[in-house]
Amino acid sequence: MNVAFSWNLVADFQQMWSFPFMVNAFRAGAVVAVVAGAIGWFMVLRRQSFAGHTLGVVAFPGASFATLAGISTGFGYFGFCLAAALVIALLRREGRDAGAEESAATGVVQAFLLACGFLFIALYKGLLSGPEAILFGSFLGITTGQVLQLALVGAAVLAVLAVIGRPLLFASVDPQVAAARGVPVRGLSIAFLLLLGAATAEAAQITGSLLVFALLVLPAATAQVLTARPGLSLLLTLLLGFGTTWAGLVAAWYWPYPLGFFVTTFAFGGYLLAHALVQVAARTSLRRAVA
Amino acid sequence: MTVDQVVGLETPAPTPVLELRGAAVRVGGRTLWSGVDLAVRAGEFVAVLGPNGVGKSTLIKVLLGILPAAEGEARVLGLRPGQGGDRVGYLPQRRSFGTGLRIRGTDLVRLGLEGDRWGVPLPGGRRRKEQTRRIDEVVELVGAGGYAHRPIGECSGGEQQRLLIAQALVRRPSVLLLDEPLDSLDLPNQSAVAALIGRICHQEGVAVVMVAHDVNPILHHLDRVVYIAEGAAVAGTPEEVITSETLTRLYRTPVEVLRTSDGRLVVVGQPEA
Repeated sequence: MNVAFSWNLVADFQQMWSFPFMVNAFRAGAVVAVVAGAIGWFMVLRRQSFAGHTLGVVAFPGASFATLAGISTGFGYFGFCLAAALVIALLRREGRDAGAEESAATGVVQAFLLACGFLFIALYKGLLSGPEAILFGSFLGITTGQVLQLALVGAAVLAVLAVIGRPLLFASVDPQVAAARGVPVRGLSIAFLLLLGAATAEAAQITGSLLVFALLVLPAATAQVLTARPGLSLLLTLLLGFGTTWAGLVAAWYWPYPLGFFVTTFAFGGYLLAHALVQVAARTSLRRAVA
Repeated sequence: MTVDQVVGLETPAPTPVLELRGAAVRVGGRTLWSGVDLAVRAGEFVAVLGPNGVGKSTLIKVLLGILPAAEGEARVLGLRPGQGGDRVGYLPQRRSFGTGLRIRGTDLVRLGLEGDRWGVPLPGGRRRKEQTRRIDEVVELVGAGGYAHRPIGECSGGEQQRLLIAQALVRRPSVLLLDEPLDSLDLPNQSAVAALIGRICHQEGVAVVMVAHDVNPILHHLDRVVYIAEGAAVAGTPEEVITSETLTRLYRTPVEVLRTSDGRLVVVGQPEA
C-alpha cells in the first residue's frame, strides 16, 4: 500500500476513507471543530479564555477517572467538564471586579482537578492508551458510537446557542444595558459556561486536554482579527476550525507526527498570517490616503 | 366656576413623564436621601447634581426600577418604574470598550434595538431592512456616520459616547436616563455631547434626566436641576438652585456660588460628602 501524500486530494481522501476509523476521525473532527469554533467565538469575545483553558485541563482527570473506574471515557469527559463549569459559574460574581475574582476561583478549580487527574493516573497502573493521548489528543480508534455521541451533544450545544446567541452577545459586550433591557445576564453567564464545558469536553477528545485551545481560541481569534462584523466573523471561525482540523488529520495520516501538533500549528500559522494580512492592508490603505 | 378652573381648562398643564413624590431611598440600611420631589415633562432637560457618593446614580436606579423607593412614590410614564419597557432609554455610567473588542459601532446600536430577542435573526427580511434603516437614522442623528462602521474599541472616548447615545435612542424612547455621560471626555467633546443631548431633548421631545458632576458644560441647555446634598434635595431652574442662599441652606454650612467672566458657575466651600 502506498502511504505517501500526493497532491491529488481526491485520491488521498479515497485512500484515507477506505479505513473506517479514518472516516470516523474526519466525522468527529468536523463536529468538534464546528462546535468548539462557535462556542470559542463567544469565549474570546467574553474574555473567558482562562475558564476555557481550565475546562480543557479538567478533561484530563475526567478521562483518567473514567479509565480507572472502567466506564466510557465520554462520561468522564462530559461529567467532569460540565461539573467544573457549574462550579466556576457558581463561584463567579457579576460586577466590576468579576474578571479578577473569576480567574482566582478558576485557578483554584484547575489546580485541584489537575492534581486529581494525576492521582487517577497513579492509581491506574496500566498503560492502556496512557496519559499522553488524554493530554495531547489522538484520532485512532474513534468508534461510530463515539461519533454519534459527539454529534448529538454538538447538535444540542449549537441549538441552545442559536436560541440564546443574540442576548448572549448583548450581555457579553454590554452587560449593564442588557440587564436594564431585561436580558437575564447572570443566567446567560451560567448557561454559557455549561455550553463551554460541553464544547471543551468534545474538543478534548480530539486535540487532547492541553491543546483544546487550538480549536477553542485560535479560529475565533483569527477570525476576529480579520473582521469586526459579528456574522461574518462567526462564519469564518467555523470554516477556519473545520479547515485546520481536516488539514491536521490529513497531515497526521501521512507524516509520523501527532495530530495535536499539526492542528495547533496550522491554526497558529493561520493566526500569524491573518495579522500579517491586516498589517499589509493597513499600510497600503495608509499609503493610498497619503498619496 | 372659579378662576383657577378656567385657567386650568385653557392651559392644561402637560402631565409629567417622570415623577418623584416625597421619595426616599435606602441602600444597605442607610438612607441616602429623603423627601425628594421631582416632576419632569416631555422635552425637558433636567440635571441631577451634587457631590460624590450622595446618591445621584441611585436616583437613576430608582427611576429604572432597579432599586425601590423606600418611601414616597415614583412614577415613570404614569407607570411603576421598570414597567416602561422600550420607552425608557438608559446610558449607564462610563463604560469604555477595550481596543480588543472586535464589534462595530453599528453592531452595538443594533444590540440596543434587538439584542434582547431570542433566536436567530433572519437575514434579508423586511423587518431587518427597517431595523437597518432605523440604525442608520439614529447614527446620523448623533453625527456618528463617519466612524460607526469601525470597531468600537478603535473609536475615541467622544465617538464611543455618541454611539452609546445612539444605542440608548434607537428605540425612540420618551425618557432618556443618562449617568455621567460627560465623565472622562475632554472639554470640547463635553460641550459637543452636551449640545447633542440638548438638541435631542428639545427637538425630539424626549425627557432627559442626566447625572452630572459639573454643571457648566450643560448649563445653557438645562431646563431644571435637582441638587442633592446632605440627604435632601432642592429642585428648580439653575438660576434658582445654584445660588449661594439655596446651597447654603441645603448644605447647612456657608457655600458660595461664583460666576466667572465667561458665565461658568463655581461652587466654593462645599464639603465633599
